[in-house]
Amino acid sequence: MKKLIYLDNAATTKTAPEVVEAMLPYFTEKFGNPSSVYSFAAGNKEVVSRQRDIIADVLGAKSNEIYFTAGGSESDNWALKAAAEAYGDKGNHIITTKIEHHAILHTAEYLEKRGFEVTYLDVDEDGKVSLEELKRAIRPTTILISVMFANNEIGTLQPIKEIGKLAHENGILFHTDAVQAFGQVPIQVDEYQIDMLSASGHKLNGPKGIGFLYIRKGVKIRSFVHGGAQERKRRAGTENVPGIVGLGAAVKRAAATMEERAGKESSLRDYLIGRVTKEIPYCRLNGHKTDRLPNNANFSFRFVEGESLLIMLDGKGICASSGSACTSGSLDPSHVLLAIGLPHEIAHGSLRLTLSEETTKEDIDYVVDSLREIVGTLRNMSPLYEDFMKKEHK
Amino acid sequence: MYTEKVMDHFQNPRNVGEIENASGVGTVGNAKCGDIMRIYLDIDDKQVIKDVKFKTFGCGAAVATSSMATELVKGKSVYDALKVTNKAVMEALDGLPPVKVHCSLLAEEAIHAALWDYAEKHDIKIEGLEKPKSDIHEDEEDEEEEY
Repeated sequence: MKKLIYLDNAATTKTAPEVVEAMLPYFTEKFGNPSSVYSFAAGNKEVVSRQRDIIADVLGAKSNEIYFTAGGSESDNWALKAAAEAYGDKGNHIITTKIEHHAILHTAEYLEKRGFEVTYLDVDEDGKVSLEELKRAIRPTTILISVMFANNEIGTLQPIKEIGKLAHENGILFHTDAVQAFGQVPIQVDEYQIDMLSASGHKLNGPKGIGFLYIRKGVKIRSFVHGGAQERKRRAGTENVPGIVGLGAAVKRAAATMEERAGKESSLRDYLIGRVTKEIPYCRLNGHKTDRLPNNANFSFRFVEGESLLIMLDGKGICASSGSACTSGSLDPSHVLLAIGLPHEIAHGSLRLTLSEETTKEDIDYVVDSLREIVGTLRNMSPLYEDFMKKEHK
Repeated sequence: MYTEKVMDHFQNPRNVGEIENASGVGTVGNAKCGDIMRIYLDIDDKQVIKDVKFKTFGCGAAVATSSMATELVKGKSVYDALKVTNKAVMEALDGLPPVKVHCSLLAEEAIHAALWDYAEKHDIKIEGLEKPKSDIHEDEEDEEEEY
């Protein structure tokens, strides 16, 4: 088989074999609807509730605070829209950041068109939110603060505990999009004073199309999908039983292996960052040096464009992603890279490599060697590099 | 996403490089939008393009269209080179994804810019050649309104 080095685990992960195995019976012999009365299906109600227990346990939450959804984007949409609706009497102001996932940003824009006011907090050059700026942004009408736990592109972890504290001192709901962080770093909803949390199965070796929204008991969140009595009537629709079973198995697995994985991945990540920044000139690391996801590395290479880089890496069997405009389908590069202050032309030359527990040192060595060669080739055909070198040697 | 020809011209680009004391040099696009093309022309006394080189900062399609455009104008008179349109570049590459059509426009524009520079430097007028725009993006339509 052709060489394949998959370093795009922030996009999606391989479903773990034990997760697939746990799911399979629920497609075939155990296909019953959990809402049915007969004993044949009764086990399925139970198995769904067991997965809820597993997830609640990992977060230090209660089982009836976990609501299954179709994934991270749905959870984000639900949290924002339903909170806006439920707390609209109290105020019309929402605070979020400029580096959120589009599932948050576009939902916030949608709410703006419906009369809500949204403050989008800036971040510093490492991608961190300033607590001082957050404090200043709070108004008497603020009903919700939504800040992502970790950024999907540059991996920067936010000061979630401090934000949770600030939100609660001011009687404001706090939601966090933890799609990238859940299963990678420890999260306790009480310790961090989180009221709502979004997570997705396929980012932690679970299946696609399943996720959950944690909603703290007492938070007045309205139903998102109307219909049957599933998910305490808040999200109707026959449960995705195989997906839920897969999610539960993946969460259990992720929690059990987190410490070991994080240790292994972060040391390989630092090795990768060390080699790239040392061996490839005119390159920078994006995101915070230490407060970042254990598996995330993001670089900008001046004078080259991201899509070219990705195609050439693909030619060598390496899967990665970029924040260049060409990969976003618009003329603008990633909003995250612009928010940390990168000029457009440098943001276009970005590369995200996200490791997994299967990544080896040999993989990293092969990737760095390939990258050095590819960046060199692309620079040799770059008019920006030509101009820069002529200026340098004047 | 790309045709085999696009991939071939991206991975094995023809005529990459610079020409010292070129007869004409044209640079179009802007780094902000993520693509810049520069074309160097070596034109003889009979107004025939003897050699052509390019340098491009941009996506796979930007590199491939530059490469193909240089192949299409090489050996042609300046008048025949002027007739190489973005459509011809696209056809020669067996097509481009819709979002990449602007790359072929940029390649056509880069050739025109280099010819314009040649004409100015040599104080001649090339019939049918208009002063090229430096940035082709300004004509593009806004994104469709969502929601």
